[in-house]
Amino acid sequence: MNLFQYVRPAEQKSAIAAVASGPTAKFLGGGTNLLDLMKRNIMHPEKLVDITRLPLKGITRQGNTIRISALTRNTEVAEDKTILQNIPLLAMAINQGASAQIRNMATVGGNLLQRTRCPYFYDTAMPCNKREPGTGCGALEGFNRMHAIFGFSDKCIAVNPSDMNVALRALDATIVVSGPKGERKIPIADFHRLPGDTPEKDTNLDKNELITAVTIPISPFSKNSYYLKVRDRNSYAFALVSVAAALNMDGNTIKEARLAMGGVAHKPWRLTEAEKALAGKPATEENFKQAAQIAFQGAKAFKYNQFKLKLGPNAIVQALSVASGLKQV
Amino acid sequence: MNEKELGCPNESRRSFLKKTTAITAVALTPAAAINAANNHWDEHIAAAIENVSLSVEINGSKHTMDIDPRTSLLDLLRENLHLTGTKKGCDYGQCGACTVHVNGERVLSCLTLAATADGAQVTTIEGLANGDELHPMQTAFIKHDGFQCGYCTPGQIMSAVACIREGHAGSRDEIREYMSGNICRCGAYPNIVDAIEEVQKGGQKI
Repeated sequence: MNLFQYVRPAEQKSAIAAVASGPTAKFLGGGTNLLDLMKRNIMHPEKLVDITRLPLKGITRQGNTIRISALTRNTEVAEDKTILQNIPLLAMAINQGASAQIRNMATVGGNLLQRTRCPYFYDTAMPCNKREPGTGCGALEGFNRMHAIFGFSDKCIAVNPSDMNVALRALDATIVVSGPKGERKIPIADFHRLPGDTPEKDTNLDKNELITAVTIPISPFSKNSYYLKVRDRNSYAFALVSVAAALNMDGNTIKEARLAMGGVAHKPWRLTEAEKALAGKPATEENFKQAAQIAFQGAKAFKYNQFKLKLGPNAIVQALSVASGLKQV
Repeated sequence: MNEKELGCPNESRRSFLKKTTAITAVALTPAAAINAANNHWDEHIAAAIENVSLSVEINGSKHTMDIDPRTSLLDLLRENLHLTGTKKGCDYGQCGACTVHVNGERVLSCLTLAATADGAQVTTIEGLANGDELHPMQTAFIKHDGFQCGYCTPGQIMSAVACIREGHAGSRDEIREYMSGNICRCGAYPNIVDAIEEVQKGGQKI
């Protein structure tokens, strides 16, 4: 690990100024991803600005919106009554990520900024355009079993590893950020980026901006939602594919559907066309299969992740079946 | 290796290693010091300038010290305070061997910067027993053979105690799920679940 300066400003404004004054300075929240990457010599900030004492904690409801402050730990979100009652999908997704210890440490803001777990990004002996722009992509012709099937480029085929982000995408969350120029709100759809020619940029957050909160509209999906994560072992592993499914049902008819996937793209992947196809239809396996087929139009696999082209649609059907009550878990 | 093979006869291996990295204070600005360190000029000089002061309560004892900001809580416990019960497995947050409680919650000490624990209360495996009387979870691990080589055991036990306190030990499946962050290469899992289940069913306050 490189040497760095450690500072702990008492106020948000001074924390932002402290990061702004160092070209490679970073905010330190739970540290579960950043410290790991620093130990592996993948990230080397000159300064860590410890924000864990800033008053950015807690979950509140304002009218029809739930606001989660950025330093709220993952465990707190997953066990919060307001969340469980109104947006259980988020709790389900968070509880399927990482381990109890890591969820106790990791913050909501940090989870949004979690970097890819692509092994070529992690292996400093290998080329990686995300880690070192211009060196090439090791995964493209390499062991690409965990990699993207949507939205990739010839520069990068890594996926976003977060479960929480998939649920937030399905729930139309908004990210509230604060920077030297003031506050702005970024819809989750525009927060994470596709790799394109600049895979080194995971998100549209400016370097000196601090995530202060996530807001989520309360929508009528609480009774019919499900997060399905398929992985190599039953717990404590990253997703091969995951599906967040949320339905607004009238009897057996789907009024509105929300579908997002993890493990398939550089950002949490919303399945808008499949959602449209489900609207107004009865909840049947046939309709779910059709929606899954529509969702996977345009999917393209690499040498070792061909299985995702079959696993993905099956996971969509399963998630919708459970969310609609057609099947029990 | 014997603890006393290195250094002088009355000196432990750890304190000898620490002395060999003794530092010399030289008047440098922090930025210059960091620059020096990152260019491998003299890392130790830079570290001396940039040390962070820390006050932390560990197993009921207060410790105040100056540390290198890079020190993980795990290294602080093992190297600075010689509390070697907490184990370093992977050091990357994948195995759970380093699990300790910070302010009553289980966390990974390898991914915790010690500096961030300033003002916190930390409990390690050394702080679990009441004098010579083992903690019920320690007793249950022995009774059920919840280990083979024992390396992951301190982390397993710290995690197991938290698992019950959190209310996540309601069934064998729930125990397995909430203990998934603690890897046991010997595969003592069924016996670990037995031990936790017994303590949970015993109903005593732990």
